[in-house]
Formats: sequence, C-alpha cells, structure tokens
Amino acid sequence: MSAIARKLTPFIIFIALIVVIIFLGNRRDFGPQQYGQFILDGIRGGTIYALVALGLVVIHNVTGIVNFAQGAFVMLGAMITADVYSREWPIGDTPKMIVAILIAVVVTTIIGILFERLAIYPARNASPLTLIIITVGAYIVLQGLALIYWGSGAQRLPAFSTLFSENARDTIYRPLGIVIKEQSFWIWGTAAIAMGSLAWFFNRTILGKALRACAINPKAARLMGISPNRMSMLSFALAALIGAIAGVVLAPATSPIYDMGLRLGLKGFVAAIIGGFVSAPAAVIGGIFLGIIENLAAGVTNSGLKDIFAFIILILVLLYRPQGILNNSDVTEKV
Amino acid sequence: MKSNRRDIVGIILLSALVLFIGLYETRTEAGFSSLTNGIITFDTIVRVGLLTTVVVGLNLLMGFAGQISLGQASFYGLGAYFTGILTARASTIGLPPFIADGWWWPWLLMLGGMIVTGIFAYFVGRPILRLKGHYLGLATLGLGVVIAILFRENFGISPTTLSLTGGGDGIAGVPRLRIGSFELWPVARYYYLVWIVAILGIILALNIVNSRVGRALRALNASDIAAETIGIDTSHYKTWVFVISTMYASLAGSLYAHFQSALSPPTFDFVASLELVVMAAVGGMASIWGAPFGVAVIFSIRELLRARMHLLLDGSTGAYEVVAFGLILVLIMIFTPDGVLKGFTNLIAKLSAKLRPRAQL
Repeated sequence: MSAIARKLTPFIIFIALIVVIIFLGNRRDFGPQQYGQFILDGIRGGTIYALVALGLVVIHNVTGIVNFAQGAFVMLGAMITADVYSREWPIGDTPKMIVAILIAVVVTTIIGILFERLAIYPARNASPLTLIIITVGAYIVLQGLALIYWGSGAQRLPAFSTLFSENARDTIYRPLGIVIKEQSFWIWGTAAIAMGSLAWFFNRTILGKALRACAINPKAARLMGISPNRMSMLSFALAALIGAIAGVVLAPATSPIYDMGLRLGLKGFVAAIIGGFVSAPAAVIGGIFLGIIENLAAGVTNSGLKDIFAFIILILVLLYRPQGILNNSDVTEKV
Repeated sequence: MKSNRRDIVGIILLSALVLFIGLYETRTEAGFSSLTNGIITFDTIVRVGLLTTVVVGLNLLMGFAGQISLGQASFYGLGAYFTGILTARASTIGLPPFIADGWWWPWLLMLGGMIVTGIFAYFVGRPILRLKGHYLGLATLGLGVVIAILFRENFGISPTTLSLTGGGDGIAGVPRLRIGSFELWPVARYYYLVWIVAILGIILALNIVNSRVGRALRALNASDIAAETIGIDTSHYKTWVFVISTMYASLAGSLYAHFQSALSPPTFDFVASLELVVMAAVGGMASIWGAPFGVAVIFSIRELLRARMHLLLDGSTGAYEVVAFGLILVLIMIFTPDGVLKGFTNLIAKLSAKLRPRAQL
C-alpha cells in the first residue's frame, strides 16, 4: 500500500461509516431531532469514557502499565456515594450528598494507593504482562468485595438537581425537541473542572512536572531527585481520584451496580487508544468521539450491537492510526 | 534449552497420569472424585484437558513468539459454534439428514472448524500482528469482544428470521461423538479422546518449538529487528504461529461443544479470554509444559475454594471465593512472575543446594 493510500484509508472508512449511518437512519425515518438526541447522549456517555481514559493515561504514562482495574475505581466512586447517601443521618440532603461524595472520593483514592503499594510495588520489576495480570487480579478482588458488601442489586442515587428544587425527579430541558437531563450538565461541568485542574496540576505544579518528567525519562528523573516509586504511587492515587469523580457524577444517571466497572474500563481503553494513549486532552476527545459514534451506530441499528462499534473503531484506529486520531506524526512509540 | 529426553519423560509421565485417572474412574466403585474427597471431579479433569489444548496454543503464541492475545476464547468459541450450529441446528439450516446424521459429520466439522478459524485468523492476523505490545493486546481484545457479541446477537441476524447461535440462550442438544456405532460417551470414554488430543497437541508444540520455526519464533521474541536482519520473515512467522494457536483453540472448542452438549455466550467472552491468559501466565509461558500445569493449578484453586472456603469463613458465598481467587492470583504473579512451574523448580534447586553436604562447597 502506498503512503498516500495509507493516509487516505482512515478518512475513507470514516466517511463510509457516516454514509452507512445516514442510510440506515433514513430507512427508519430518522430526522435531525433523532440524530441530535443520539449525538447528545453520545457526548454524555463519551464524557464518562473520557474520564476513565484520563485515569488510564495517567497511570500508563508514568508506569507503563495498562490498568485493568480502572473501571473498579469508577464503580467504587458510584457505589460508595450511593451507599452513604442512602443512610439515615440527621443532616439535610444537600450536606449529606456533599459528605457522601467526599467519603467516596477519599476512600477510593486510598484504595488506589493501597492497590499500588500492595500489588504493583512488590512486582515493579516484573514484565508488563505480569503487571497487567496483577491489575486483572486486583479488579477481580475489588469487584468481588463490592458484591459481598453491596450485593448483586443496583444502588440508586437521586439526580443532583433534585437537591435544589422541589421536584422529586431530575429536571429535563427540551431545546429543539432534544431531551437533556440536568444531570448531564453536572457530568459535563465536573469533567471540565476535573480536566482543567489536571492540566493545571501537570503544567503548573512541581509535583505535576515531576510526574511528567518521570513519564518522559525515569532515569533522568531519578538523577534530578525524583523518586519513580513515589511517582508511581501518585499516579495510581490520581487515577483512582479521577475514577471516583467519574463514578460520582455517573451514579445518578445510571443505577450503579457491582459489575459496572469492566465495561466502563474497556470503553476507557478504546477512548484512550483513539486519543493515542499518551496525551490527556487527546484521550478526552477520543472518549467523546467514541461516545458519539457508538451511540449513532447503535441508534440506527440494534442496541445489542452497541459495543461492537466501539471495538471495531478500536481495531481500525490501531491498524491505521496507532498514534491516535489527532496526532499527525508517524512516531507510534516513545523511544 | 531443554533436552528432548526431558520432554519424552514428561510425555510418558503425563500419559501415565491420564491413564491412571481414567482407570481409577472406571475400575473403582467410588470413582476418581473420591481420591480428592469430591473436590476435583472427573468432569473437571476433562475440562483441564480441553483448556490445556487451548493454552498450549496460547503458549506458542505468547511464550515463544512473544505476541499477546487477549481474545483467544473467541477462537475457542468459533470452533464450538461451528460444530454446534452445523450439528444441533442442522435441520434449521436445511442440511440433508444423511449428512447430519452420519457419524463422520462431527469429525469433519472439527477439521472444518479448524480450517475456517485458521483462514479467518490468517486474514485478521496479518494486519493486526503488525502491532506490538499493549497495542496488539488491545487489538486482540477488541477482536475477541466483537466475536463474542456476534455470538450473543446471533451474528446481527434477526432471531425470528434465522436463529443460528440462539442469542443469549445459546445452543442446546449438540450430539455426542461416535465412531461408527461406538459412542464416545459416557464421559469416561470421552475423557480419553480429550486427553489424547491434548497430549498430541503438546507433542506437536514441542516439535514446533525445537524446530527451525521454533528457533525463528524465539529470535523474533527476543528482538523483531534482529530477527529480521538475519533473514527471518517475521510477519510470516508471526501470522503462522497465530493461525496455529487459533486452530488449537478451535479444535478444543469443537470438543467442548460435544462434551458440554450446550453452548452459551459467556463461555467465550472477554473474561474467558483473560482467564486463558492467566492460566498461561500462572503455568509459565516460556515452556509448553507450563500449559497443563497452569490450567490444572487454576482449576484446583477454584474447586478447592468452592469446596472448602466455607470452613475458613462462616457464611461464605460465591463472592468470597472470587475474592480469594483474585488475591491468590495477585500473590502468584508477585512471587512467581515466571510461572508456578519455574518457581517450583527454582525452589527445589535452592533446597537441594542447601541440603548438599558442606564438604563440596
């Protein structure tokens, strides 16, 4: 295959995908309103994928590990918030929600740190595959503990908007006939704040710069007095924190359940790969892109096939643009 | 490298063990499970045999060629569904009875499944195996998930038009295997078939490893570029070892279909693929012998937890077993990162060094 053909293939595939979607949509008489709804729901789901992907990228950049337990952090964030909020406490609903969220985030972050110290650190010199299997084992443990503690039923958390209004259910807006729940704005707002603070942390603080230095060259970083071991712990703490935040805002939109982590974790991988697995902003765009495409494709076909599109996109991106859809350089791996 | 003599001794020991278990099951009143207080049943031993075949193929791919596959269970599924659909659904898809009822038909399907899976793997493998490391792992993961969903969703065909895979319910009523009128059932008969296939698979894999191809694979495991500079067509060898590993999986899948007689999608999903990799890693991927070892260790731990966990912990449920299993897995990987087999032999070497008389030192 010539170089030009190789460069054009992804575009051709992408355009073909859009054509197929519109063709199938027309057969079901979908108008702009339906497409708008699909895209909007896709952006909402994609934002969560983006947050999961961010956690994965942070750990991968610093330690080179693909963390299969990332989805478990999201699950813990959601489950702990819902659990604490469901308890009877002599305080109002809003303070209780704030306390629940704080507890969820702190506990999940501590679990992330313990996970790194107890399972990753002792095996830090092992091969990447061994480390991946360790994260798989950790995921099995966390999900199993969640099943023991919370049972197999789904938890419930009211939408955040119900705390500020008289309504028992989430406020719904209908611009142009597209349904938007207010919780979506909470998801987007939180994600934006999380990403902004992360960017600030990595670019403006010494600790963040130390993390980046460690990602670029661990040996040189060590010579500068940065401890890669501590940075590894920090990256897991940060990833757990981001995961917990994603879980907290996701909880009211879905009913959190003990096994929600695996699917989210896998989608997070796809998002991170679409973004190229190295840069945080690219991972975010990858997540949103993934959310939109998979929702559109599932909308015009069969919702049971939804996950297929995500993974077909994954394979296509890996084959044609392993450096991510945004990156134009042909360098695929850090040397 | 290991000498061939060791491998021959290994084959003989394994065959003897298989024969012993088989005879113990048929010749004693209580059967094999009485040996283990009912913890490890005879059925479990058959399953160990089936997955040994899959993991031997995976070991060739991962341990020797150094290529990760996180979607191997889907190839196991391709074999199983190929057999399942063309036997249990023979009338639905309009196969004439003289074919569908022939004793030779399932045997032909076993071979056909291997060929179809192999061809599929060849065309998918060529582009995908260009990728390296995590990227290859995630691409095979994606492939595995896509195939598993196709099983669950009846290949995207509306189930009212034509039900092939049976969707989430799966396929029931896959017939037992026969040779002429001799039925390979009850399970004590089928057991021998499964293990003969597994042992033949091990012998074939050992031959591959100790051949020119095996040396080429090890070379490209060590370094792609170095292998290429000494004239090894790396993409050719990578693709072929991938094809061979999927054919192992497909064959085992067909055998599984006849053993279980029913198929359901979760058997072949992403979690199952992950379990296969775990078995390979626990056994130790640098040796073909790691495969039966890893499969047996994982099955034993699981069955032991299922049978005895409640003694350790009052009111223990399935979830506790899962947690304990995860913990044991993490511990195994931390303490014996090269596999239990290697860790075990290292330990023996250390002990024997300690026991050696000091005068020699």
